[in-house]
Amino acid sequence: MMTVAVKDGVKIWQRRDRNAQLAIWASWLAATALFVYCFQLISDKTIWAFVWDAPTQAGDLAARMVPPDWGYIRQLGRPIWDTINIATLGTVISVLLAVPVAYCAARNTTPSVTLVRPAALFIIVASRSINSLIWALMLVTIVGPGVFAGIIAIGLRSIGFCAKLLYEAIEEIDEAQVEAVRATGATAAQVTVYGIVPQVMPAFAGISVFRWDINIRESTVLGLVGAGGIGLQLNAAITQLYWTQVSLMLLVIIGTVIVSEWVSAKVRHAII
Amino acid sequence: MSIAFAGARHWKKPPLIKRAWLRWTLGLGAAIYLALAFGTTEVNWTRVWEGLPRGAQFVTAFFPPDFVKRWDEIVEGISESLWMTVVSTVVGIAISIPVGIGAARNIAPAPVYYFCRAILAFSRSFQEVILAIFFVKLFGFGPFAGAVTLSLATVGFYGKLLAEDIEDMDAAQAEAVRATGASWLQWINFGVQPQVMPRMIGLGLYRLDINFRESAVVGIVGGGGIGATLDTAFERYEFDSAAAIVLVIIVIVMLAEYSSGYLRRWVQ
Repeated sequence: MMTVAVKDGVKIWQRRDRNAQLAIWASWLAATALFVYCFQLISDKTIWAFVWDAPTQAGDLAARMVPPDWGYIRQLGRPIWDTINIATLGTVISVLLAVPVAYCAARNTTPSVTLVRPAALFIIVASRSINSLIWALMLVTIVGPGVFAGIIAIGLRSIGFCAKLLYEAIEEIDEAQVEAVRATGATAAQVTVYGIVPQVMPAFAGISVFRWDINIRESTVLGLVGAGGIGLQLNAAITQLYWTQVSLMLLVIIGTVIVSEWVSAKVRHAII
Repeated sequence: MSIAFAGARHWKKPPLIKRAWLRWTLGLGAAIYLALAFGTTEVNWTRVWEGLPRGAQFVTAFFPPDFVKRWDEIVEGISESLWMTVVSTVVGIAISIPVGIGAARNIAPAPVYYFCRAILAFSRSFQEVILAIFFVKLFGFGPFAGAVTLSLATVGFYGKLLAEDIEDMDAAQAEAVRATGASWLQWINFGVQPQVMPRMIGLGLYRLDINFRESAVVGIVGGGGIGATLDTAFERYEFDSAAAIVLVIIVIVMLAEYSSGYLRRWVQ
């Protein structure tokens, strides 16, 4: 909204009128006050001596971390394999479970808008709002520490993500194609297989690979709560202060993440 | 689409991957991988079996969850999480604006571009939790370490998207502002900013949402917030309190998601 103020007979261009300017100023004031208040509360809980000491500590830590303990890499094959398995099997499980959830959540395919759809949407929200590390924390107490808890945690966390993107894809399909298949006298199952599935298949493959990439990243830390993978070794090395091993593992984690990102980008590029 | 050769013409669904060799290689590879993965994954089924009653106990703890026993701790954890969310979003976005502008290829000179891209790549390369472990080591336990972690994560996320958005902007508008003889700051303020603003406000709200979710996690490694409370509840096997905390997290995330979605529609 631009306005022109007249001052001493001279027209001056203004970006906003007075009320808009005031409203914006008031929101900035409120936001700043909120920020300062929150920062104050955090600051009360902080021992500032530690914070001021942090650069020295960081230098000290960095000095202890070089050079990385390259010999240790021979023992990392298994943890990395476990990490990749957690991510991949977790993604497979979540994708298999996400398909029916998405089917029930999409407005155009759900069996019942009043009954089934809200339930499916709740599953999606509940799964999405809890981080995989928290899922892992719960599952480690229930099924015991190990790779299995990690797989299930990744699976449960990813259902919501995959189902949400998938049901949005289902809602955006071209109804004319579905209509055409139905007009041939196809049954409901045939309509789904020939009318809907081919339309969402590329989106489905893209979503799975995208989530797999995220899951690789997440599964590197699940070991911190005991759910298997390289995080287990990382945690052990940190508690035993083997910093040269820690730095090696950080490098390995970065490498794995970069490779998985590259693979996922390639695959998605090929599909879309 | 392929048509069978003789008699009645049969139609076959075209496969998703058109090249046959690629389809078969991928299928075979996936089968071998799955066999290997299942073969080498060690699952202690007796332990899983023993844990099932505990799982049932945990599920029943949701009906009803116990909000009362640890109410003070829950309130403290949640409010710490909320402070961290606000502070880290503001600080993260404030830092990511210069970094993001520097990382846009079309408005930054090459050395600045590479420097800022390096910052973004670094802050995105690690999981929040790994960063949190180190910041807790450096700054001590508590919400400060968590807030620093989330700020850094915000820089990586927001700076990258800001840079991409600036790279996608309409160069003609910025050019027009520059043609009036505007200074560099005026050029950014009137030529670039209005073009990226609506999307960036939306992304800021989205990041606020993510930061709350993540703030529940950094607590597990000592970064303050509700995660620490949740971790303690699990360690004491207080499933009813844990259920209450999980429900509180879900409700707040849902509220944040709906209100930020609403605000985003209102802003754009």
